[in-house]
This record gives sequence, structure tokens and C-alpha cells, in this order.
Amino acid sequence: MAQMTMIQAITNALDLELARDNNILVFGEDVGQNGGVFRATDGLQKKYGKDRVFDTPLAESGIAGLAVGLAMQGMRPVAEIQFFGFVFEAMDEIAGQATRMRYRTNGRFSCPLVIRSPFGGGVKTPEMHADSLEGLFLQTPGCRVVIPSNPYDAKGLLISAIRDNDPVIFLEHMKLYRSMRMEVPDEAYTVPLDKANVVREGSDLTVIAYGAMVHTALKAADELEKTKGVKAEVIDLRSINPIDIDTIVASIKKTHRAVVVQEAQRSAGVAAEVIAQINEHAIYHLEGPVLRITPPDTVYPFAMIEDEWIPTPQRVLAGLDKALSL
Amino acid sequence: MSTILEPSKVTPFRQVLDPTGKVVNPDLLPDLKDEDLRELMRRMVFIRVMDQRAIKLTRQGRLGFYAPVAGQEASMIGSEYATNRDDFILPGYRDIPQLLFHGWPMYQWILFSRGHQHGSDMPKDTHFLMPQIIIGAQYVQTAGTALAFKLKGEKRVAITYTGDGGTSQGDFYEGINFAGAFHVPAVFIVQNNQFAISVPVQLQTAAETLAQKAVAAGIPGVQVDGNDILAVYAVVKEAVDRARAGGGPTLIEAVTFRFGPHTMSGDDPTRYRTKELEGEWEQKDPLVRFRSYLQAKDLWSDKDEEAAMEESKEAFNDALKKADATPKMTIPGLIDSMFEVLPDSLKAQRAEYSDKEEA
Repeated sequence: MAQMTMIQAITNALDLELARDNNILVFGEDVGQNGGVFRATDGLQKKYGKDRVFDTPLAESGIAGLAVGLAMQGMRPVAEIQFFGFVFEAMDEIAGQATRMRYRTNGRFSCPLVIRSPFGGGVKTPEMHADSLEGLFLQTPGCRVVIPSNPYDAKGLLISAIRDNDPVIFLEHMKLYRSMRMEVPDEAYTVPLDKANVVREGSDLTVIAYGAMVHTALKAADELEKTKGVKAEVIDLRSINPIDIDTIVASIKKTHRAVVVQEAQRSAGVAAEVIAQINEHAIYHLEGPVLRITPPDTVYPFAMIEDEWIPTPQRVLAGLDKALSL
Repeated sequence: MSTILEPSKVTPFRQVLDPTGKVVNPDLLPDLKDEDLRELMRRMVFIRVMDQRAIKLTRQGRLGFYAPVAGQEASMIGSEYATNRDDFILPGYRDIPQLLFHGWPMYQWILFSRGHQHGSDMPKDTHFLMPQIIIGAQYVQTAGTALAFKLKGEKRVAITYTGDGGTSQGDFYEGINFAGAFHVPAVFIVQNNQFAISVPVQLQTAAETLAQKAVAAGIPGVQVDGNDILAVYAVVKEAVDRARAGGGPTLIEAVTFRFGPHTMSGDDPTRYRTKELEGEWEQKDPLVRFRSYLQAKDLWSDKDEEAAMEESKEAFNDALKKADATPKMTIPGLIDSMFEVLPDSLKAQRAEYSDKEEA
């Protein structure tokens, strides 16, 4: 066991998988010699050679299309989109091509590929770097979307993603890259791609979050217990496509109230989908409406006001108070 | 005045036969046996007849999506003939003939046209994708496919097609650029049939040729008379051989013309092209040209022509029967084909459809 940051856990997962299977390829902009702009692929080209860990020309559709072509011919590409805000450039190759290959060919060809990409706010990036665009891929049939909130999950989920035989979008919140260290086993292990995790037990209210918002929700839950003695249960979704509704329903049966926290703007996203599924599966267990705590329906703001735009522990706490009062 | 900024034509134009079937460039004559020459003619006649039949069947509602191919037989059939069976084709939506001769059972093409999933469930021993609908998507996938062949040390080539309109797509540039940067075994073919639905190639680009776009990617580019099957074969064969030998990718522009409409979904070519222009291209019919060449060598008779026509009709009849007898695809079947392992949420949605529908 070693203490690792999330970025170290990701590098470690890539390293172990590259060693396990020669068909695994890691590529993207600056991932080779430079080891990635966040050093996620640091040292991997030196260790595994330029045929397996390599730089690509600077073109996101080209990167994703390269991955589709490689995956279709039996390779296991792990492609990096340098910042997820650039994914619009690659939308057709991911959402129009990779996710449809198995269906189109009735399984004759498939796309066992991983798109890794940093995203998330609070680190003062220029435009199109921090946006939470995961909702686009919640509406995309044929792929899985996972978002780890800590180093242990990051390693286990990435290994699962690489071993999965369908496309997986693997989103890495930039603010979590180096914000915490955690005991991470040295050997390879997997965390399932479709199971949420109860990260704080509670009996009075369920808070559903993912990515960096898990930590914001935990802070708010701690404050709520300290100030009011109310015990909130916090669920880390880990996967937003598919959503593990069973874990959510089990919690709501205990707490009878729920709030969803997300960093993406409000409408038609993960929170909306979670609430729709709660409506289908657990409405009679609820004592009040399920609220969403989100930024407003605007574009991601320029850096100067991003910290006010992203839900803060105070805003989440106010939301929890409101949910308890309804 | 300085000429530094003057654009210049930088790609060669290749032709073997002139429109009358006379050899104008004997040096470029490909090394093909008489049997190969007859086979090329047989295939062109087969496809011309198939195309006419497909157009009729589309009007009757017995076929679905269809993009007519008449006029482009030489560029389609000549290029495919230059590939090996295990070379991988990533086609555009009009490229049905190449796939049929690369192993696509005709009844599966009919099912594809009708919107049946089994249409693109290709037989195990074949090497191609179904027609791509997004105009440039296959170009970047070709770079990846060819890179896989290179990394695995397989002596295979990825061949892809698009049209003149496709060269305006970002993916076109990304595909040829990636292929050049990775020096992979790929052949990129542009069938310039003069119109992207209704927009003429002159409105598509200020580039004098489409082949010259290769220059920016640092790969060889060549323009070929796309109605001259011997020239198409010769150029593609050289590009495929070079790619297989590790010599990297090539961009080939085949200059041709579609005689029919863009697709059978209501396109009316009289809205965007003149009778005069159509007449000019009819003079360059790829079948007429090659037939004259073969007849002069005493390699093709009226009897051969009739046999090829008859063969096409029979093959189409058999394929229609088999397609008609194929069970309809189902919603549960569709759901099952989304993932190797279905997520629970999708399993639940699958259960909403009855067993009756599954059967």
C-alpha cells in the first residue's frame, strides 16, 4: 500500500494495465515525452515505448477516430482528450461512431476504448477547460461514463474501464488530482463501473453527488450534523451512465428525503435523471420533493466568479435545510 | 510581379485509355491477364444492371436507402480489384459495389438498404465496415485501422472512400494528416463525381484539384481518370502495394460523374446540372470505353455482355428472396446489441418489450 494522489493512482492504473496487455495503447496530445499536461502518463512512454504510449497530432476528432479504428481491429486504446471542453470536436467519433459500432455490426465489431479526460472547475482555467459536459454522454446510448471522487476509486474504475469491452468515458476532476492522498493498494484491482458508493452513512436525508461535489456534500453533511444533529447519508454515484438507482432507493427507504448536488448547470443533466428515476422507483417513500443544488443554466463562467458559480458547502447546506423543511 | 504566392497544380493526372478506348499511356498499362480484364468488364456490367434494378425497386418501395452508382463503376470496381481480400475497406454511403466484390452477400446489402441490422452484421471472414453516413468519419477511422495493422505487423492495408464534398470536412484533413504523421498503410480515395448532392466542386474549394490536398499532409497525391478502369486499377494498385511495403499512405482523386440522382429520396439533378454537362460525361462512360478496348483485343463479345447481364439479374433475384425471408429485427435484439454486458437499467427497459416481439 502506498499513499497516492488521484493523478498518481491514474498513472499507476495505466502502468499496471500496459504491463498486463500488449494491445493496450495510451495516446493523446502531449502524453508521450511530456507525460501529459497533468503528468498522468509520466514515465510511461519511456517504460513501454513509442509504439504503445505516443503523442498524436493536435486534433480531437482525429484522436477519437484513431481510437475507433484501433479498437475495431482488436487493440485496446486509452485515448486522452486533453481537456473535456474540447470534446465537442470529437463528438461524432465518440457519440456518432464508437458508441454505435457494436449495434451497427450486431457485435461483429466493437469499440473497447477508453476516453480519459480532465474536467471540472475551481482551478482558474481559461474557457472550455472546466465545463462539466458529462450530461452529453448520459444522453448517449452505448457508452459508460465514470467519474471518480478519490484516488482508490480512480485506480479501480480506470482498470475496470480499460478491461470493459465497450466505450467508457473516464472523467477526472482537475481539482481532485492532487487535493487528497489515500492508501491505494499496489496491485491491480477493479471497482465496478455501475455501482454507487455510500461514503457517509446517515438516517435523515440522502445526498447524491459525484466527482468533486462528493467532497462539498460531505462538508455540508458534517456541518449539518454539527449544527443541527441531522444525519445525512452521502452517496457517491461513481458512474453517471448507468446510474445505480438501487443504491439510491435503498437509502431513500431509510431517509425519506433526497437532494442531488452537481457541478453541471441545472437542466437535463445527471440530477434531472436521478430525480426522474427516484420518481419511478421510490416516490412513495419520500416525505418531500427531491431538490437539485446546481449552478444556474449558464455557460461555465470566466474564472473570476467560478467559485461562486460552483455549489459551495454553504449553498449545499442551505439546500439541505430547505429539503428538510418541505 | 512576384509569383511566390501563385497557387500551382502540384499533382499528376493519370490516364491509360482515352474515352474511345485507345491506349494513350502504354507505360501505365497495368500488368493484368486477359481473364482479369474480362472480369473487370463483367463486374462493371453486373453493377450497371444491378443499379438500374435497384432504382426500379426503390421506386416500388422494395428497397430503402439507395445512392445510384452508374457512371462511377470504373473508380469503384477498379479500386477494389487492386486490394487483397483481407485489406480493410471503410466505405462511404455510395460504395456498395466495392463491398459486394469484397465479400458482402447481396441479400445483406438489400437488408442494409431496408434498415435491417443483419445487413451490416458482416460475415466473419470479410474485412470491411458497412457504408458510413457521416461524410468524413471514416477517414479518421482509417488512420486508426491502418495504425493497428502497422503495430500488429500485419501486411494489410486500410482503404477508404469519400466524395468531393467529403474533402471539405475537418475529418478529411485529420484523417490524411494522422495517417501521414504515423506513416501507416492507408489509401484514401476521393471519388470526385462533380456534385455534392447539388453543390458543384467549384463551390466546394478553391483548390484546383482535390488530390493536391495531400501536399499539406505530406503524403503523395494523384489525380486519376476515374472513368478509366485501367488507370484507376494501376494507380490504386501502386498505392496499395506501397502502403503494404511500409511506404505510407496515398491520397487518390478519381475524377468521375454520377449519371443518376444523389439518392433515390427525391433528388432531381435537373435542378443543378445541365443536359449539356450530362451529355459530355455520357461520352466518357466507363463501360463504353473499356468495352471498346476489350473488343479491339477480341476479349469481349455480345454473348459475354448478355451473360454478365443475366448473371446480375439472377443474383439480384436470389438475394431478394433471401432478404424477404429474413425475420424482422426486434427491439429486444436491438437492446442486446448495445453492450457486451447490459447495464441493469437497460435490462429493465428490455423487459418492457414482450416475448412475442422477441420471437
